[in-house]
Amino acid sequence: MLAQLAPGQRATILGVAAAASSVVAARLRQLGFRPASDVEVIRRAPLGDPTIYRVQDTELCLRRREARLIEVDPGSGT
Amino acid sequence: MTSCHEEGGAAVAVAGMPQIALVGSPNSGKTCVFNHLTGLRAKTGNYPGVTVGRTVGVTKVDGVEIAVEDLPGTYSLDPISPDEQVVADLLAGNVADVGRPDAIVMVADATTLHRSIVLLAQVLRLDIPCLLALSMTDELTARGGGISVDALSTALGIPVVPVVANRGVGIDTLRAQLASFDRWQRPPVLPPADNDAIDAWGRSVLNAADYVAPQPDRRTRGIDAIVLHPLWGTAIFFAVMFCFFQVVFTVAAPLQERVGRALGWLGGLVSDHVGNYIVRGLLGQGVIGGVGTVLQFIPQIVLLFLLIALLENVGYMARAAFLMDRVMAATGLEGRAFVAMLSSFACAIPGIMATRTLPSSRDRIATIITAPLMTCSARLPVFTLLVGLLVSPQTRWGGLSAQGVAMFALYLCGGTSALIAASLFKSTILRSDLLPFTMELPPYRFPSARNVLITMWDSAKVFLRKAGTIILGTSLVLWVLLNLPARQAETARMSPTQATSFVMDHSYAADVGKAIGPVFKPLGFDWRINVALLGSTSAREVFVSTLGQVSAATDPDDPHEALLTMTDDDGHQVFTTPTVIALMAYFVFALQCMSTVAVMRRETNSWRWPAFAWCYMFVLAWTAAFAARSIAFGVGA
Repeated sequence: MLAQLAPGQRATILGVAAAASSVVAARLRQLGFRPASDVEVIRRAPLGDPTIYRVQDTELCLRRREARLIEVDPGSGT
Repeated sequence: MTSCHEEGGAAVAVAGMPQIALVGSPNSGKTCVFNHLTGLRAKTGNYPGVTVGRTVGVTKVDGVEIAVEDLPGTYSLDPISPDEQVVADLLAGNVADVGRPDAIVMVADATTLHRSIVLLAQVLRLDIPCLLALSMTDELTARGGGISVDALSTALGIPVVPVVANRGVGIDTLRAQLASFDRWQRPPVLPPADNDAIDAWGRSVLNAADYVAPQPDRRTRGIDAIVLHPLWGTAIFFAVMFCFFQVVFTVAAPLQERVGRALGWLGGLVSDHVGNYIVRGLLGQGVIGGVGTVLQFIPQIVLLFLLIALLENVGYMARAAFLMDRVMAATGLEGRAFVAMLSSFACAIPGIMATRTLPSSRDRIATIITAPLMTCSARLPVFTLLVGLLVSPQTRWGGLSAQGVAMFALYLCGGTSALIAASLFKSTILRSDLLPFTMELPPYRFPSARNVLITMWDSAKVFLRKAGTIILGTSLVLWVLLNLPARQAETARMSPTQATSFVMDHSYAADVGKAIGPVFKPLGFDWRINVALLGSTSAREVFVSTLGQVSAATDPDDPHEALLTMTDDDGHQVFTTPTVIALMAYFVFALQCMSTVAVMRRETNSWRWPAFAWCYMFVLAWTAAFAARSIAFGVGA
């Protein structure tokens, strides 16, 4: 999942975990965390949370709690 | 009452004009486009029944006036937050008193089209005439991207106007298009509704328009490497916050002093030239005193608004929120609430207004009702006086100035109590709604001067209209209470300070002070302290001068000596150590400031939250004061 990636790593998004509420899943999708999109981990905040990700040409930050819900495939990241 | 009138005003002013709604995601440059289209003619209020701000402006095309509504930023028309609900409802024509718009201008950031094309698809499906304003096109090409505007227009079947909103480029073309909205090209086929189908539709449209997404912004990457660095970033953060307050206090203080002197001179003129006692007092002390209080706040407030708007527009506010999110998460709030809390250290009003950047309405309310606990600058003169009564400037505690330590403790008390209160509310009555914390970090951009100034002006206008009228009104009422009935016969042969004190001792305010005596008696407050507490409802610092007048101090603005020797009706000293400590505790927690209450009412769109905030802070203040006094007695102070 996305929360496990280290800054600098890229991956392809597989989808949002089934455990996520529909509201959270919808918001993440609207922000660009869509299946088949590429995601790159940019940096973590000095206190360890949140983390900035680059997805769909924008940079935005998520807390670990939400990043845990995003399933990724690190192997196929470009 | 004024707020109802104002909201009605926004609706009435634009009735009969064609209505065009601006739709776009947060950070799309939508508000910048709005500000350039409508300039200073925007009206702000609330949508009926919700805590969502409404902004309507008017733009003129060939003599025809068109109403432009700046809808809250939204990522989608499938609403999650109350803001998005308003957008979806309004576009569907479901908001009472606000009709369905005649046309939509969708503002989309050209550098993030892959994402915003989804919103565009939903907007097109509404089947209202729509135009796409493509913002940041200069940035797109500068970062190695590109798009054919004509091909995009053909693929979408709607007009597309490229704009560079922060420099005003393309705005005239856009404005010229607004007049002919009924002749805008309409898409022959509506986009699909299903999520996956929308993605495919978006890809094909962007392919047809030869869209090349931009490279990451190298300048932003470079700046962020330092600004968000664990060590340098933290240091820069504290430096920025330090400068923020340094500017507010060093630049504003001399201006405030000058305003104070000018009004003092004006007040002198009135007292020299107006004969009638009531007219002279109402004009000289009520009006000029009230206007003076407002004007003295203005430099500080305007500077605060300017700095907040500047940091926001440059892109630093999002970074500060990113750095502080972990800290704020401990209270149940999020990074963006930090800005509001911090501003409240200068004044709660800009702090409360800064909560508009919070997407969660529960976070917004939790911040609004706790921000006034932060030690605002109006408490400073009160604390200075009280600390001075408690310890002498020479006293040292462990090598440190005792006055400095006491002052620091009071500030710390205010700050921590605000955070504790926020976390209490967030874990009980305002438990988080389901919105996850997400925040965009836009590239650093040179702010548009026009945009910053309009943002500042709109906020200052709210302060003037809401806080200004309340302060002025309170100040007039207080003059009447404190100075009537007139006692010219009795005071004829007294010195001016004795006369003032005598009038106050026999005024309506004294009756009120004595009537509420039982409430404050357990705290050791004399009825004259109650009169001064009454005075502090227009602005907390008025406590000092009211106390000065009621104690017949030779210099009412520095009543230190007079207060030390002041005795109550039984001849006991009033300002004993336990009472002074109780007063301090009271001022740390109580929500006296009526203008803060008025702004709370405006921002939450109901009296419920300001009433709740006033009550819980009063209970907190009374209890804290009683406890502090009891402890002080206990240790034999």
